[in-house]
Amino acid sequence: MSLSHAFFAVIRRDLVLALRRRSEIANPLLFFILVITLFPLGIGAQPHLLQAIAPGIIWVSALLAAMLSLDSLFRSDFDDGSLEQILLSPHPTSVLVLAKIIAHWLVTGLPLLIVAPLLAVFLGMPNHSLGILLLTLLLGTPVLSLIGAIGVALTVGLRRGGMILSLLVLPLYVPVLIFAGNAVQMAGSGLPVDAQINILIAILLMALVLAPMPTAAALKMSIN
Amino acid sequence: MFLIPDPVVRFFHRMASPPHFYAFTQRLMPWLVVIFLLLTAAGLYGGLYLAPADYQQGDSYRIIYIHVPSAWMSLFIYVVMAVAGAIGLVWRIKLAEIVAISSAPVGASFTFIALVTGSLWGKPMWGTWWVWDARLTSELILLFLYLGVIGLYGAIDDKRTASRAVAILALVGVVNIPIIHYSVEWWNTLHQGPTVTKMDKPSIHVTMLIPLLLMALSFKFYYLIAMLQRARTELLLRERNAQWVKAMILESK
Amino acid sequence: MQTQSIHSLEGSGLSCIRDDRVLFEELAFELVSGQVLLLEGKNGSGKTSLLRILCGFREPDAGEINWCGDAVNDSPFYAQMAYVGHLDGIKKELTVRENLKMSLALSSPGQYPIHEALAKVHMAGYDDVLAQALSAGQKRRLSLARLLITENVLWILDEPFTSLDKQGIALIETLMTEHCASGGMIVLTSHHDIDLPDVDVQRINLS
Repeated sequence: MSLSHAFFAVIRRDLVLALRRRSEIANPLLFFILVITLFPLGIGAQPHLLQAIAPGIIWVSALLAAMLSLDSLFRSDFDDGSLEQILLSPHPTSVLVLAKIIAHWLVTGLPLLIVAPLLAVFLGMPNHSLGILLLTLLLGTPVLSLIGAIGVALTVGLRRGGMILSLLVLPLYVPVLIFAGNAVQMAGSGLPVDAQINILIAILLMALVLAPMPTAAALKMSIN
Repeated sequence: MFLIPDPVVRFFHRMASPPHFYAFTQRLMPWLVVIFLLLTAAGLYGGLYLAPADYQQGDSYRIIYIHVPSAWMSLFIYVVMAVAGAIGLVWRIKLAEIVAISSAPVGASFTFIALVTGSLWGKPMWGTWWVWDARLTSELILLFLYLGVIGLYGAIDDKRTASRAVAILALVGVVNIPIIHYSVEWWNTLHQGPTVTKMDKPSIHVTMLIPLLLMALSFKFYYLIAMLQRARTELLLRERNAQWVKAMILESK
Repeated sequence: MQTQSIHSLEGSGLSCIRDDRVLFEELAFELVSGQVLLLEGKNGSGKTSLLRILCGFREPDAGEINWCGDAVNDSPFYAQMAYVGHLDGIKKELTVRENLKMSLALSSPGQYPIHEALAKVHMAGYDDVLAQALSAGQKRRLSLARLLITENVLWILDEPFTSLDKQGIALIETLMTEHCASGGMIVLTSHHDIDLPDVDVQRINLS
């Protein structure tokens, strides 16, 4: 069968699996909402303060939600041997891995976009920055999945990979956090954000091209 | 192997054999230590005694003789680690793997020193121990990257597998470091404006520059010494069942 | 699709060291179409390690493996092999048919279509059953059905007889005989002795 057939078959399979498991979609989403609700409780319901730090809060929470959802990317495939079968396929592993990452993003990253407007309202963000918030989430969360995939591929074979995963992945998330958070902040003050958006696009393209290969190599290492 | 002269190739081939590496580094070590001590003595004498005090910062600027070389080393060692890791990954050379992982704790220490000295320097300059200055922030993230490498190596039981994991991670890190560095720089200019003084940008007098370069060189030698010592220990541990290790132990009895 | 050309799998000078223990050293074998290689030995003697080295999951500490005369990575090895390991590679949330379709997508279609393969492993009519409803023996047979639907020459089987009853064991032996008769080859580990009267069986004892 052709490579594109295998690529879409992997995406379809992972989406079907996510639909049948459900909690995989719901958990990161609930976590995202929950963390954001904690901030007003911790800081105090001061509209100006919350409004000022809203972009940062939303993006830091998105980072944490993305990181927590990573474990499900390869865990079940590793545990039941499906990963072995994927690695044995004559198709290039990096392409199949990319398919898995895309499916994972559709299930865990995309829903964040849907609830983000609600949370923006919670934190009193100005309406005109909402579009930019959605755009940064659309461009940034796939990068989180792509970079995170490398980290999770390195740690999937470890019994307690969770703690080490955050150490591996979070520092690499810094550029996305900086540019995305800043874009939303600037948009709030009515400033142009073309530069930030362009950089985010560049980062996304780079991650798309560069991340699947080390992920595939790391999976091969983890399986042994 | 087309561009590299033959004797160099032969040298690396021999170096890649563990017993040869072990014996060679043993003979090399005293020389490295002597050179390191001479360079450090000269650098410190020049930096702390000969060089004039800064007309703005007085004597407190002299911490750059530790801070700046440490910051240079922190990046340099990460790159060495990634290159050695890549060599180990591609050509399956055990020694390259060992050099890569032996570099990590040394690099992390230099990064830590750069952070601490930076913060000590910041106190008289900015009046606080910590400012979110671009360089310090980049160093902090670099420290996290190092800790990730060390943590990952420790978490994987099989050390050959762990070496490969570390190599992959170091390569990913080395691609990301410029991006992280650039983004932090950009973030910093945006939030704090140009009020923060650049640390070593203003042109530096030659009497200050020479000790700085001497210290930078001496730190390179220190890195070589520390890394090679770690590599030798790691090598003995991994090869503990090999014939040459057994022979060596019997000989020393 | 079994091609009639002769294939060969060669290992030479293979050694495997695990946690300071030498599992095997200087191991060599040569297998051609129509033959079975049975790996025997105690638990922990390196049978599974050898299979995983053959699959490319593990690097041998020394030695090399060739497929039809070429190094594994420079040959169409992965398009011509299939592996059923200790983990069955079955998604329990997917139906039997969905599981097999996935295997098919990762490889090329082989000798039998899905329904015929299911019939051959005595699982006709199970197409739309979720894999989590299957018994251990049925799961094992499902993972064997994967060997029939995809194109392959070499089967690598790790303890294929586990959790199978007498009929199941006889079934696998029939399938193995057929596979070898049509030019295939098999490497397997097993605690049980295998009964393949019509096949040329080589044995390697690893202990």
